[in-house]
Amino acid sequence: MLRTLGRTMFGLIALSLPILPVVASADTVSSFTLDNGMQVVVIEDHRAPVVTQMVWYKIGRADEVAGHSGIAHFFEHLMFKGTEKVPSGEFSATVEKQGGDDNAFTTQDYTAYFQRVAADRLDLMMQMESDRMVNLNMSEEDVTTERQVILEERGQRTDSDPGNLLQEQMSAAQYLNHPYGTPVIGWRAEIAGLTRDDAIGFYRAYYAPNNAILIVAGDVKPDDVLAMAKKYYGPLPPSDKIKPRQRPQEPPQLAERRMVLADERVAQPYVARSYMAPERNPGDQKQAAALSVLANLLGGSGTTSVLTKALQFDSQTAVYSSAYYDGTSVDPQTFGLVVVPAEGVSLADAETAMDQTIAKFMKDGVNAADFARIKTQIRASQIYARDDAGGLARMYGEALAVGLSVKDVQDWPDVLQAVTPEDVMAAAALVFNRDQAVTGWLTTKEAAE
Amino acid sequence: MSARMLLKAAVLLLTFTAPLRAEVNIQAVTSPGGIKAWLVEDHGIPFTSLEIRFKGGTSLDTPETRGAVNLMTALIEEGAGALDSQGFAAARDGLAAEFRFNSDLDGVSVSSHFLTENRDQAMALLHSALTKPRFDQVAVDRVREQVLSGLRSDAKDPAAIAADLERKRSFGDHPYGSDGSGTIKSVTALTRDDIELAFHDAIARDRITVAAAGDITAAELGDLLDKLLGDLPAQGAPQPVEATLQTKGGITVENFPGPQSMIIFGQGGLRFSDPDYFAASLLNEILGGGRFSARLMTEVREKRGLTYGVSTSLASFDHAQMLMGQFQASNEKVAEAIKVIREEWAKVAKDGVTEDELANAKTYMTGAYPLRFDGNDTIASILVGMQDLGLTPDYPKTRNEKVEAVTLEDIKRVAARLIKPEDLHFIVVGQPTGVVNE
Repeated sequence: MLRTLGRTMFGLIALSLPILPVVASADTVSSFTLDNGMQVVVIEDHRAPVVTQMVWYKIGRADEVAGHSGIAHFFEHLMFKGTEKVPSGEFSATVEKQGGDDNAFTTQDYTAYFQRVAADRLDLMMQMESDRMVNLNMSEEDVTTERQVILEERGQRTDSDPGNLLQEQMSAAQYLNHPYGTPVIGWRAEIAGLTRDDAIGFYRAYYAPNNAILIVAGDVKPDDVLAMAKKYYGPLPPSDKIKPRQRPQEPPQLAERRMVLADERVAQPYVARSYMAPERNPGDQKQAAALSVLANLLGGSGTTSVLTKALQFDSQTAVYSSAYYDGTSVDPQTFGLVVVPAEGVSLADAETAMDQTIAKFMKDGVNAADFARIKTQIRASQIYARDDAGGLARMYGEALAVGLSVKDVQDWPDVLQAVTPEDVMAAAALVFNRDQAVTGWLTTKEAAE
Repeated sequence: MSARMLLKAAVLLLTFTAPLRAEVNIQAVTSPGGIKAWLVEDHGIPFTSLEIRFKGGTSLDTPETRGAVNLMTALIEEGAGALDSQGFAAARDGLAAEFRFNSDLDGVSVSSHFLTENRDQAMALLHSALTKPRFDQVAVDRVREQVLSGLRSDAKDPAAIAADLERKRSFGDHPYGSDGSGTIKSVTALTRDDIELAFHDAIARDRITVAAAGDITAAELGDLLDKLLGDLPAQGAPQPVEATLQTKGGITVENFPGPQSMIIFGQGGLRFSDPDYFAASLLNEILGGGRFSARLMTEVREKRGLTYGVSTSLASFDHAQMLMGQFQASNEKVAEAIKVIREEWAKVAKDGVTEDELANAKTYMTGAYPLRFDGNDTIASILVGMQDLGLTPDYPKTRNEKVEAVTLEDIKRVAARLIKPEDLHFIVVGQPTGVVNE
């Protein structure tokens, strides 16, 4: 199969293909909680003298005040603008002087900051990361320039890419009431209106040790990390403003939504479908595990998946097809399908073929050989995952930041292994409900006229 | 603690930490059959990564069969021996092995990892792909459609359009001057025979570089290599000739709708074997490295908010060298961004860099180097790259000393030699305000 197909075509969809879930074995993972409520997880990997520090804040796009979309991400940028001790720009400069890399990212559910450095530089990293948790000090000019950078970022990632614009519109239609319908980067007009006061208010409310998780992965000993964490993060005062995340939830979704986005920049049209789907929950991950296996069965392989076989082998309807699901979130997620029609096949015919394939799957059930292969791959992925301590740090951080526990993360492979074909079919029957679905067509201007 | 103290602490760390050396122990292995490979042995996790590279890649295409090597590479895993596409994929996934086949302008890469428990079966399967690929007509036609779909998308992708213009302008009729994926016309015309021929041209023992990392001993690797690669054909097609870089500065604007423009800029570079390479590498890091403190990032993003990101790199290909950069910017900001980059180009050519900048870039490059050797796949891939550059297995232990040895005077001399404001050329794909061809 061709690996580079779709490198720009499917935008974010391409990034959320069903990746087999992974986990570290329990003997290399330790966890603690500091007196001020900050959670600490240490993942040991002594093969190379490298360490990754990540601090995750349980605050994301979906926690923003209405009308201020994008403030969580905007603020992520401002966290590099300096404190009294570490002036603007010095944070990254210091990491870089150590030969390290640092960056940050924001999603609907969390904001995370990380550095990857030589293991003996962890002390300095903690010193600086704990400093900016409470001492940030940005100027009006910093805020103004950074707002311009973010508008450029939106221009580059979203406004220049019709596939991402369609995805943004589909999410907005998918959620009738829940804040997941608003894009992480924010709507352009609202980003343009964000001020320094907004940023300071946001910072004071949400950046505190009792809303944060520290993950340290690499060539370190848990006791040393704990002592260091107590020294740097321990003295920071907890915030009394942190409340459980109770966001507006979805009402019953009773009507299918459909949309067509026609753009002169589109070369390769496609059809995308998203359905509402449950997420992983603490102590209750069975349904999400079944959906993960379902996504792999339907679209996880570019050769043997149900959609690929039907649309690219048994017929020449599509050049590419996939299914995606990632249940690591606070609130209900989506399960997605995408089909890129072959030359000469209309979007209507591609969509019909996609629906017929799903209908046939619902009738025929799970192929036993496919199912066994996916189980083997899940087992092997636990071995391969141990090769990437940074990846494990990210996986633990993500799960803890959406409210799962260390135990949930460690149970996940067993929950996946326990999934039966019946569980998969029950999960499929639950999600494949067109009343709760959005269908989007991305098409050329000419085809739309 | 005051700001000054914190910074002092950082500086102390820098001053009193000896140059870091990559603690990676590379063994040079020769199989009983004479195949050479490098190995980093680590039995901590029961799997092995194996990287194989065949020199030549898409530049082996003839103009008529442009895209043949690319399509062939994508077809290697589409059935081999008794197995068709479906059978091959099921066998591979059933072993939980991963094989990735990629082509670029200088080579075809086969990147794989596989579990220790079924290593022999995984390697037997990979062997069948490398020696008995089927290239079934149905598979050729199906994957060809995927390539064509990609090419149609590229035709409306500003980054792909810019890259295409840049290639054509820089390298003309040399294979480097066109997209290795081919054109709609050439790919449509490719036959199964063209694919077979591309396979024989590109996949042979006279152009192979191999490295492994992970749960395997030198003896086991030697045995594996003979079984896997021992019966490949001895010789492939002749390698391409040197490319001549056209070096005339200026701006080329290509109209494309949208709020932003995509910009690629570049000029000539220098070879890895050049005695000035490390100085040039530090210079690039200071001027346009991906770090937030690099000059272009500071001037274009941090101070003026003209882009989300801008960076440059020394692009050393087998048959040409360039110094290239790229950024995206709102149409109304492109002119100012280009002006700033040109000013920085002229400034560094004339004045070089400061003592501080050099010290920081050195600690960054020497500090970052050992961090690269992280994970079996990465290590295997780096080891192949090192062999292709003609390095010896002890290179990771001495590389940082070469970086440390560069002086401010070296940088100044290399800046004057390398950085040519008059050669700097910008390709702008978009609808930039106040930017015209020049």
